[in-house]
Amino acid sequence: MTFMERIYVPAILKGMSITITHFFRKKTTINYPEEKREFSKVYRGQHVLKRDDEGRERCTACGLCAVACPAEAITMVAAERKPGEEHLYREEKYAAIYEINMLRCIYCGDCEDACPKEAIFLTDRIVASQYERMPFVYGKDILVEPMDLRVDISARQTSAVHDFKKNKAFAHNR
Amino acid sequence: MDFSTLIFKAIFLFIILLVTLVVAMYSTYAERKVAAFMQDRNGPNRAGPFGLLQPLADGLKMFMKEEIIPLTANKYLFILGPSIAMTTALLTGVVIPWGDTLTIGDHVYSLQMADLNIGILYVFAMVSIGVYGIMIGGWASNNKYALLGAIRAASQMISYELAMGMSIIALVLTTGSLSLHDIVAQQHGMHWNIFYQPLGFFIFLTCAFAETNRAPFDLPECETELIGGYHTEYSSMKLGFYLFAEYVNMFISSAVIATLYFGGYNMPFIDQLGLSSNAVTFIGMGFFFIKIFAFIFLFMWIRWTLPRFRYDQLMNMGWKGLIPLAIFNILATGAYYFFTSLK
Repeated sequence: MTFMERIYVPAILKGMSITITHFFRKKTTINYPEEKREFSKVYRGQHVLKRDDEGRERCTACGLCAVACPAEAITMVAAERKPGEEHLYREEKYAAIYEINMLRCIYCGDCEDACPKEAIFLTDRIVASQYERMPFVYGKDILVEPMDLRVDISARQTSAVHDFKKNKAFAHNR
Repeated sequence: MDFSTLIFKAIFLFIILLVTLVVAMYSTYAERKVAAFMQDRNGPNRAGPFGLLQPLADGLKMFMKEEIIPLTANKYLFILGPSIAMTTALLTGVVIPWGDTLTIGDHVYSLQMADLNIGILYVFAMVSIGVYGIMIGGWASNNKYALLGAIRAASQMISYELAMGMSIIALVLTTGSLSLHDIVAQQHGMHWNIFYQPLGFFIFLTCAFAETNRAPFDLPECETELIGGYHTEYSSMKLGFYLFAEYVNMFISSAVIATLYFGGYNMPFIDQLGLSSNAVTFIGMGFFFIKIFAFIFLFMWIRWTLPRFRYDQLMNMGWKGLIPLAIFNILATGAYYFFTSLK
């Protein structure tokens, strides 16, 4: 080591000048519960099972979403619509049980692309944290949108997206 | 010593004890904040506004923890270790002149608990006993890591105490007194010792870091090599005492540095303001604390800048660097006073 290196002082002063500039630098921390990071407009979060304009569930339990799901997070049990239930279910078949395991889901959005009935969509909502595993298996009670609190999905489902989905030439992108 | 002086001393002692503990308590908070700020983080900000209740929460946590005394440990020495560390850390405060005199009625009270004529030596004695707390704790734990940490602490403190003592000898040559009260009084009017003993100050500061076991000389508790060093086996409030003693030591060291080299409670241009003597005392005391806090900040600033020294580097620096430098400082100071007195 040279003499200047052996007495350490110049190096120490240099280091101290670096730390003091950091001391007064603006902090990048986002204080989470109070502040929230701005989300992308096309953020893919918690799913929603949409109802149609008359409030009937759109899902017909075809199972295409479950097939499309790479994480195999979706399971469902189909049931036949009884007479008198026309105001509840749009098609003659509906999902009696529809479950998504939120711990398995990778939020790719393939289920939404696969859905022929425009029933399932990913929204910009965050899946709430839980202490146990089982509460992460979301059933219809959480997934189906309530009648009085319809979930807005228009941020991602623009007309350009609809055109893209309809265009067979881009099917390989799914 | 009449009765009113006794009462005053008792109250003053209580206040000093309280201030020392509160400053040490909030030093832990300041340490975490300074660390965080230097690493572009926010630091503790959940407990109370700006996280100000964090030290209380930490203390509560320490008290709630299970108290473990290892089966193979020497029980009495195991308890004695942290007690010595804490006691000696607190004892040093009595000789530090916290302020000038305070006039209440006809009485004039000195804001120094005890004006020992060997004040500096007393501080040194207490700091040296402090290493026993670490040694005994590390030995009594019956743990290799703790013992290694304790041995490191002892050898480090002995090595650096030499250089520290020699830097003080040069200072005593300048001041001609060992009493802290006299040393501060001499520095009145910007005759701060830092201007007369810059090299001595530098040596003293370096040694103060080593004596308080602060980074870059925190080898005794070197987490990466020795788990926790001498307090590996400690838990609950006994661990808290060790950690707390370190912060008390830091506060006292800062106070000693400010007293010896930065004029203590002296403030520039205070005589020109034309204030009453009590007001001057209080302002001086405030200024003294500003100096102390500045040094505490320096301690933290250094800690969060530098990595730990390697053990051989530490010993090399102590024995081959600082001690020759301190001897040179003594010789130079002595020669200066010898030749100036000849004329």
